[in-house]
Amino acid sequence: MGDEVVLLDFWPSMFCARTKIALAEKGVSYELKEEDLLGNMKSQMLIELNPALKKVPVLIHNGKPVCESLITVEYIDEIWSDKAPLLPSDPYQRAQAKFWADFIDNKIWSSGLKLWSTKGEILEEAKVEFIESLKLLEGNLGDNKPYFGGETFGFLDIAFISFYAWFYVYETFGSFTIEAHCPKLIEWAKRCLQKESVSKTLPEQLKIYDFVLLVNKIYGRD
Amino acid sequence: MGGSEVILLDFWASMFGMRVRIALAEKGIEYEFKEEDLVDNRSPFLLKMNPVHKKIPVLIHNGNPVCESLIAVQYIDEVWKGKAPLLPSDPYQRAQARFWGDFIDKKVYDHGAKIWKTKGAEQEESKKGLIECLKLLEGELGDKPYFGGESFGYLDIALVPFYSWFYTYETFGKFSIEAECPTLIGWVKRCMDKESVSKSLADPHKVHDLVLILKKKHGLE
Repeated sequence: MGDEVVLLDFWPSMFCARTKIALAEKGVSYELKEEDLLGNMKSQMLIELNPALKKVPVLIHNGKPVCESLITVEYIDEIWSDKAPLLPSDPYQRAQAKFWADFIDNKIWSSGLKLWSTKGEILEEAKVEFIESLKLLEGNLGDNKPYFGGETFGFLDIAFISFYAWFYVYETFGSFTIEAHCPKLIEWAKRCLQKESVSKTLPEQLKIYDFVLLVNKIYGRD
Repeated sequence: MGGSEVILLDFWASMFGMRVRIALAEKGIEYEFKEEDLVDNRSPFLLKMNPVHKKIPVLIHNGNPVCESLIAVQYIDEVWKGKAPLLPSDPYQRAQARFWGDFIDKKVYDHGAKIWKTKGAEQEESKKGLIECLKLLEGELGDKPYFGGESFGYLDIALVPFYSWFYTYETFGKFSIEAECPTLIGWVKRCMDKESVSKSLADPHKVHDLVLILKKKHGLE
């Protein structure tokens, strides 16, 4: 179809992982361009294509940039609509999927960040919020659905499975296991990992852990 | 759509609530407006309809709650699609509209809130931040009558409610948004000519009075 797809990426980013999983689900070939964000060296291309936020992922489709991971996933679903539908077809289910994806970005991501970048009371408070948030999210799985999307893997599954690579970091820094609090979530994660689009995209948990150790060192948070 | 029951849980001064009011008006949907008294206490009904965030607006359609204003606007557009399309039909344009709507939520709201909540250097920074964001949005508007192009749409709805709060920002921050972003104010006036907008937006002076009460209540004078 003559489509040119480029993705501006940073390998540890759970947000970039979402876009990659969506592209894999749709069988779209693309060129991966890695940004060196650890050294805070944003490329000229990133600054030009996402001037408002200067963040990855940036999906570039035939030269035109789409920014913000969840927006890229929805865009991918609309453009390559002939295969593997990601968003539900029912408007109410779509609204629910978007609500919980927004919840992940606001509550789970921010408390998760505090787990590895703070100590003491702030860390303990973040841990409570993190676990409570995971439980709320787990509640959406119910007893009968293999995926958040129902019978098939979809938008909300993509929104959260991207965080799986970071579970070891959260558990190690927070001194807890996610499985002890949310066993259904771990079952769901294992189910998702059986999909090639997920297993081939997600970085290894230990590599993310090493990355975090390095970041903490750089910011003097040893 | 016969037998459809629509309720909106809202707070008169909320720019997020105004978005949903405008979308419902654009589509000509009748609904019951339930006012929450957010200055004092959240009602049990709100806590039941939005247990996760306990926030308004909540759009309740046939008993099913939809939370988060931009999600509600998209939902309204999808359910009542026969009239006044709000999102563009082209996927790329849709992605752009969603991006800027998300940008408004992440940046404009926070800067604006800090202008009336803080003083000194923090306030100055927030003023600068707000103007930068509004200028970026102005750039996005360009020469077009609306963000949506020829017709009023999603991104216009996402931003125009903030106009009710401009007087508050300007008064506490001692600056003029029109002086910095004249094109944007031109766009606001164009939007205000639409009944769906003028009837949904709160009176800027009433918003200012509310903020005086809030500042007093939270010891922010």
